[in-house]
Amino acid sequence: MIRQDFREILRLVRPGSRVLDVGCGEGVLLDLLTHEKQVDGRGLEISAEGVAACMSRGLSVVQGDADQDLDHFPDRTFDYAILSQTLQATRQPRHVLDELLRIADRAVVSFPNFGHWRVRWSLLHRGRMPETEALPLPWWATPNIHLCTLADFLALTEDLDVRIDSCAAFAGAGPARQIDPTKAIENWRAETCLFMLSRNPAPAGSPTEPPAPSGDLFDG
Amino acid sequence: MAELDFAGQVLSEGGTWRFPAHSPLLLDSGGKLENLEIAYRTWGTLNEDGTNAVLICHALSLDQHVAGVHPTSGKPGWWTRLVGPGKPVDPARHFVICSNVIGGCGGSTGPASINPATGQPYGLSFPVITIADMVRAQAMLIEALGVETLLAVIGGSMGGMQVQQWAADYPDKMFSAVIVASASRHSAQNIAFHEVGRQAIMADPDWKNGAYAQGKSRPEKGLAVARMAAHITYLSEPALQRKFGRELQRDGLSWGFDADFQVESYLRHQGASFVDRFDANSYLYITRAMDYFDLAAGHGGVLAQAFAGARHVRFCVLSFTSDWLYPTAENRHIVRALTAAGCRAAFVEIESDKGHDAFLLDEPVMDSALQGFLSSVERERGLAK
Repeated sequence: MIRQDFREILRLVRPGSRVLDVGCGEGVLLDLLTHEKQVDGRGLEISAEGVAACMSRGLSVVQGDADQDLDHFPDRTFDYAILSQTLQATRQPRHVLDELLRIADRAVVSFPNFGHWRVRWSLLHRGRMPETEALPLPWWATPNIHLCTLADFLALTEDLDVRIDSCAAFAGAGPARQIDPTKAIENWRAETCLFMLSRNPAPAGSPTEPPAPSGDLFDG
Repeated sequence: MAELDFAGQVLSEGGTWRFPAHSPLLLDSGGKLENLEIAYRTWGTLNEDGTNAVLICHALSLDQHVAGVHPTSGKPGWWTRLVGPGKPVDPARHFVICSNVIGGCGGSTGPASINPATGQPYGLSFPVITIADMVRAQAMLIEALGVETLLAVIGGSMGGMQVQQWAADYPDKMFSAVIVASASRHSAQNIAFHEVGRQAIMADPDWKNGAYAQGKSRPEKGLAVARMAAHITYLSEPALQRKFGRELQRDGLSWGFDADFQVESYLRHQGASFVDRFDANSYLYITRAMDYFDLAAGHGGVLAQAFAGARHVRFCVLSFTSDWLYPTAENRHIVRALTAAGCRAAFVEIESDKGHDAFLLDEPVMDSALQGFLSSVERERGLAK
């Protein structure tokens, strides 16, 4: 049984492309991509057990984390950088997203939507932090330190001048539903969101900006 | 055991390969070595496509007897966890090669060999060698054995330095690389410990400025102390504590300087048994080669540049949590350079309290990681399904 979000990622990724899976766990998705899409796959995983499992599957996975190790990849090393259910657990989500789109042409990012009605209901009605299917752990055990709503995420993509190529929503074990993320209703009903993002091309005709003055008195 | 004198001779299970006459090994120091000999062993046979050769590079105090039985000590090879029937490197599938490094004392030309110019043992007239010199000699041996491309080059510690040097100097001759518990350069602490060892040897009156071969005694005390100090760096504080604690050799203290504690007795034994199998001058030369190792230095100070030609090579790097000689940070430094160079690398830090020596010991996670890596390399090379 393939996870629904993995199924959607399999659909999005071009065969034979170069893929980095950040937070690849035991390599289930990378394995699928390698076998079904013949990708040149690499992974980054924080746990030694996960990396060891990946290595015994024959995957090229490096022990490391999204916050520290993306910086070492050269620009545009990959066609896709995948960050599945991990963005909300990073220390610097904004920097991580920026880095994903530096090292890859496209970023595939999924995260639990904190604007989902069950989350809102839990806070409104019970006054307690939500424990839902997408957010199963109590507040004191969760690795999620930077939760956001669909609307928050959209604001960040605008801020970073990132283009949204596609967006799908998942609820429970149901299939992916293509959505227009700008519709307010989706911020209520999408339990998990999966975005494919790319950099906005530089506006045509705009000359390369001269470097900003450094403020150094002795500069030039 | 057969001896090979020229390229293309029938493969044997090992022996001594002599560099062709008038073809000296040119050294990084600017010097050269004439009539060089390399002692090596092989297991298995090279397949028709020449795609199944695996080179194992040994560490400082080891030799070419990686598997099987050591001919003089009668002990099992030093990496039988990796090499042997049913192991990740299996003579039934692979053509395994391991050679003694130049400067060593396992049969390859080293400071104890006869200098053809004088008819006397080299001693300190042996030129200072580098890791790159060792690898250059290995590359010539590989060629003489009829191997064009190595399926894998594998090594731990100083062996891992050779693997990195292979990737920098001969990337087109290799398909994959395994670097275990190693570093791309020696740290100040690494050099410091080696200097203690060298000073212990050179302070031994029997060392005689390196010319002890002509006399009756060898600098055994100095070499033993060097080994004792080094051995501590191969272990970890918890491993020593677990193994020995403050346990005594006998009931009560001696109120003197006998080996009261078990750890003292253990180290003395390590030192004493080492002098039976190792040459003091070789120890000086090989530790020097390791101290001089700084792979980035020859590439504009940028390690990634050293690996720029190795983008097609698959890398596996392993480190151990309690290894303070070649700690995870040093191994990660290699991995980051590989990443920056655009190489395909796998890396894991293995939980172990056994220190640097863990790479030679019972570490199931290492076994399964190497098994997985090498199987996938074989699949990619078309050797297995």
